[in-house]
Amino acid sequence: MANSSTQSIQDNERSAMARIRSLFSSGDSSRDGSSSPLVVLIRKEMTDHVRSWRFIVLLGIIMLTCLASLYTALNSIQEAIRADESENSFIFLKLFTVSDGTLPSFIGFVGFLGPLLGIGLGFDAINSERNKGTLSRIMAQPVHRDDLLNAKFIASLTVIGLMFLTLGFLVTGLGILMIGIPPTFEEFLRVLCFLAVTVFYVGFWLNLSIVCSVRFRQPATSALSCIAVWLFFSFFYDMLLSLLARSLAPNAAATADQMLRYQEGMLWLSRLSPYSLFNEATTTLLMPSVRTLGPITVEQAHGAIASPLPLGQSLLLVWPHLTGLAAATLLCFAASYMMFMRQEIRGRS
Amino acid sequence: MKEPVIEIQNLSKSYGESRAVNQLNLTITRGEIFGLLGPNGAGKSTTILMLLGLSEPDSGTVKVLDIHSTRQPIQVKRRVGYLPDDVGFYEDRTGWENLMLTARLNRVPEREAKIRAEQLLQEVGLIDAAHKKAGAYSRGMRQRLGLADVLIKGPEIIILDEPTLGIDPKGMNELLELIQRLSREQGLTVLLSSHHLHQVQQICDRVGLFVNGRLLAEGDVPSLSHKLFGDDLIPVTAELDACNAELLEQLRAIDGVAQVATTMQEDSQGVTLQADCTEDRSAAIASAIVHAGAQLFRLERKQYGLDEIYQRYFAGGEDHGQLQYAEHTG
Repeated sequence: MANSSTQSIQDNERSAMARIRSLFSSGDSSRDGSSSPLVVLIRKEMTDHVRSWRFIVLLGIIMLTCLASLYTALNSIQEAIRADESENSFIFLKLFTVSDGTLPSFIGFVGFLGPLLGIGLGFDAINSERNKGTLSRIMAQPVHRDDLLNAKFIASLTVIGLMFLTLGFLVTGLGILMIGIPPTFEEFLRVLCFLAVTVFYVGFWLNLSIVCSVRFRQPATSALSCIAVWLFFSFFYDMLLSLLARSLAPNAAATADQMLRYQEGMLWLSRLSPYSLFNEATTTLLMPSVRTLGPITVEQAHGAIASPLPLGQSLLLVWPHLTGLAAATLLCFAASYMMFMRQEIRGRS
Repeated sequence: MKEPVIEIQNLSKSYGESRAVNQLNLTITRGEIFGLLGPNGAGKSTTILMLLGLSEPDSGTVKVLDIHSTRQPIQVKRRVGYLPDDVGFYEDRTGWENLMLTARLNRVPEREAKIRAEQLLQEVGLIDAAHKKAGAYSRGMRQRLGLADVLIKGPEIIILDEPTLGIDPKGMNELLELIQRLSREQGLTVLLSSHHLHQVQQICDRVGLFVNGRLLAEGDVPSLSHKLFGDDLIPVTAELDACNAELLEQLRAIDGVAQVATTMQEDSQGVTLQADCTEDRSAAIASAIVHAGAQLFRLERKQYGLDEIYQRYFAGGEDHGQLQYAEHTG
């Protein structure tokens, strides 16, 4: 009796050990070969990304710019603190937002280069599989057709998420070392929220590039069209808007109502661009002193206490932006899904 | 009766205006090597894609191993291996890693997959190149890796789309022998599509002729030629030094000879004689000529093989109906 119970304990131990071991040995996690094809594909995509030169180059660029922006922030942070008279000045968050004018700040860089990362990881997702002739081989395995697309999306987004989390923490860590002030808990949460928004934003560009990779057979065409969209929203959209604003501007005799309507209309137009959505969202999250994103009248501002918003209120303020970004991402994903499910799985042609 | 493993009924599929597959009916039984033979664009690949549920038919049903391909493609793909034409591999991964990926996608247990991969690589002769990147493989090596890739899931049926395309003759023969041997050893059913007649003739038990989305005839090569040329006369051609009217009469009198015609040779050194027979009468014709005292230089009976089948159906693939009509009247 006692013998058998020790036996079973030993068995339990052994199986527990095996389970733990299988957790750590990445290749062997499918102990009984039952990890689903989706997981297998995701793992393959992630290793592909991490091993690829493209990812290393993109990572290098973004890491360098992050360090550069950290450097400029450190240079100008003293002045920024001195200029800020408010009690609760969230010094740590300034690391991400201030710059001395020679280089953009951290959020500026991320907003500008994040899309490039998304595009870089997604522009040849489907068409390169097709051109290499691996698409029909994978599709001939017992795999659902959407598994491939889902795996591409999930793997790329995971890689992006991990990368931004790492970068964010790297900057935070270096910042603590340099300025010697640890972030408060709220500041830490704000940084986390900011990173989450960044992943969403890059996810949008990733999906846009996946759409292009399904639509265009040539990876070069797909990459160029994504970059065109990116350039359009980063540079030309604002120019177009300012042209439009000048022509639509109400004359000096306009009533307050007209002015307000005009301002709100322009704001609505500018928010069609994911770039400005991201900018507004991250600025609000990292600068608690931002209390509103639209025009307010003197009456509305009357009696307001000029204090920073708590995190919950900041989140509430950018909630529509997050919804907008998520919706744009989902739209792109749905489009690529529809197109891919209807496409013929043929050789390389 | 052998167990049917692939059943295609009234299958049709069109792309826009053109009909890729037109009312196709085909049954393939367990353990046989079936050759789908047809010119480019005959609808072979489309049929194969529909077998795997990768393409949806407009009408008709496809059943593989009693599973409805269109409705349950995953079950079908679990038991059927497919080698696409011009197969591609992840070029920055080794041959071994490519095989293991396929095994994992098929939920083959890791340890078993390793054993199988090693065995298969040995079998297809790639064991030395197993840890080289697939991008460095030659065309023939890629096809052989493709064969291993198809077999690693332990399929009951393998479908090979143009497996010998672009390989040199030696590699082609090796690959075909490999396919044949593996199929015999493991009792696999093989469906092979090709536009090369000779290789198909070499290893296939049965052949289906596929033109313009329709299956014109099926069967083994002799019965196929009988089916296709059964009504035609067998021409026997002879070259001799001279031919007189008496010999012609004698020849015409042979039972089974329908008509005899002579033509003078250009260098006027002899006569070419053509006798069209309903059955093979070459021996009787030869003895008649020799008994008549003429000198026989050459005697040839035309034999219908795949070449003639090819000539008749594929060379004029676009308008073979017209061709057939012309031959029957003329």
